[in-house]
Amino acid sequence: MTFRVELRKVSKHFGEVCALQDVDFQLGQNEVVGLLGDNGAGKSTLIKIITGYYQQSTGELFFNGEKVDHLTVPKARQMGVETVYQERALAELQSLWRNIFLGRELTNRFGLLDIKKMEAETYRLMTQAMGFTSAAVSPESKVGTFSGGERQGVAIVRALYFDADIIILDEPTMGLSLKETDKLLNFVRGIRGAGKSSIFIDHNIVHVYAVADRVVVIDRGKVAGEFMTDEISLDDLMANMIHIAETGSFA
Amino acid sequence: MTTIEETNTQTYKRSFSLRKFFRRNGTQLGIFTVFVLLWGIFIISAPETFLSPQIYYAFMSTIPFFAIVAMPLTITVIAGEIDLSFPAIMAIGMVAFLLVYDVSQSVWLGSLVALLVGLFAGWLNGIIIVHFGIPSLVATIGTQFFWRGAVLVLSQGKSGTLVYTKETLLHPILVGKVFGVIPMQMVWLIVVTILCWILLNRTRFGAHVYLIGDNAESAKLMGVNTGRVRIRTFMLVGLVAVFAGILASLHVTYFWPSLGDGYLLRTLASVFLGGTSVFGGVGTLFGTFFGAFIIGAIEAATVAIGLTGFWTQLIYGLIIVISVIMHAYVRRKVE
Repeated sequence: MTFRVELRKVSKHFGEVCALQDVDFQLGQNEVVGLLGDNGAGKSTLIKIITGYYQQSTGELFFNGEKVDHLTVPKARQMGVETVYQERALAELQSLWRNIFLGRELTNRFGLLDIKKMEAETYRLMTQAMGFTSAAVSPESKVGTFSGGERQGVAIVRALYFDADIIILDEPTMGLSLKETDKLLNFVRGIRGAGKSSIFIDHNIVHVYAVADRVVVIDRGKVAGEFMTDEISLDDLMANMIHIAETGSFA
Repeated sequence: MTTIEETNTQTYKRSFSLRKFFRRNGTQLGIFTVFVLLWGIFIISAPETFLSPQIYYAFMSTIPFFAIVAMPLTITVIAGEIDLSFPAIMAIGMVAFLLVYDVSQSVWLGSLVALLVGLFAGWLNGIIIVHFGIPSLVATIGTQFFWRGAVLVLSQGKSGTLVYTKETLLHPILVGKVFGVIPMQMVWLIVVTILCWILLNRTRFGAHVYLIGDNAESAKLMGVNTGRVRIRTFMLVGLVAVFAGILASLHVTYFWPSLGDGYLLRTLASVFLGGTSVFGGVGTLFGTFFGAFIIGAIEAATVAIGLTGFWTQLIYGLIIVISVIMHAYVRRKVE
């Protein structure tokens, strides 16, 4: 069974700083992997390599068994990778439709923007998927006027619209209310239910434990451990995490 | 739900509401109002001047030379950059024109090479800014001196007549008069404005310009090639600056090594007066167009009204500051 994504001995340096060291990582065909670790452990760097934003310094990257060199963001998206970034990756002064189609603007046969289509699609997504029913919100509304949860909705809907197979969520619950967090976790469960895979980064170990099939712990740029969530209790997982943070390895 | 199915729900109909129109086009309406108000003031204070056509022909003859460059410059500023080197690029373009004409006796070849030089100078700006990470303000101050220096060195400080261009088709096409009264440079201004509008509002390039100016990091995360787009905005300014330089020089049928000097502040003022934000991400060409005409008209108007020319700069300053405050206010209200 081939993995959707595989990293072999991947390292990433930023000048003198070593963000990732000899990391082996796999994402299965239909699973939710939780990525845990302290601030600066290397989680965001790892996913930015999978999304093509960074190039690895050493090591190999495989998508569905095929080796990929020089992965770029557009190329990664073609392979079905979509990301909901911690920073949301939105442009606040721009309208909703410009944000939904950020970097993937639809064009007509003359190569000019098909604004009508983008607005129509945005409207459809707004009313169906994002649940915006208020007449005050339109495809023209500037995203800067939306609340944290609404912006999260925009980022998620954007990732889904383009039919992703691998959905990466980087700290998605940050700034969300309890109700919105609950909605998000159900959404992540739904990803698995639809036969796709997801990598879910969050500080909150309770959230990750609730939805992940497998947990990978990153510490100081290395994979410090992996657990199947149905083989370990939440308390034991937490104890392990604390131990890793203190000593850099397992008990 | 992880895929969004296409179900048949209400289709999006852009309903027209006056309030929405005002909200969406606040900046343009703002500058247009200022324009109309000022025009009204001019007419009332100096009716003989502003109710006869001559002054308007004069405006159409002189304003386009800097207004044309204000268009691609608006695009560059929306992308979050600025270009102070375009006056010098105007001049180096003309130097290239003259050198090529000397060798080939062809004004067409001269023009072509000049435009290519403009593209190159813009590309150079872009490379310095994108690849070396130098802020555009600083980089273009530097290249501005460099190109002006190159102009002086290559021309040895000498000016030169362009009378021979009158014998060619190039002259009437670029700076002739339509129906004997409308200056071609005005037509060219409208052409450049329309082309820039299409570029900015109907192409992916333009969409990316807005996104990069708004939040370059978001754009990069979503796969936009921010470096390439930024470099292209500078190339566009370089190209159009040389074009404007050729127009200006042909209009007076004379080349001055100081070509471009004096356009810098006027052109920048037109952009900011028009409502484009110096922080990037917002701006319109419509605004720049009227901003340019306001700037262009003030000098003539000041004199026509009866104030001395000394008042011109004071009034420039007043109008610019008031307009920029108005734009910031409108923007805040709309958000």
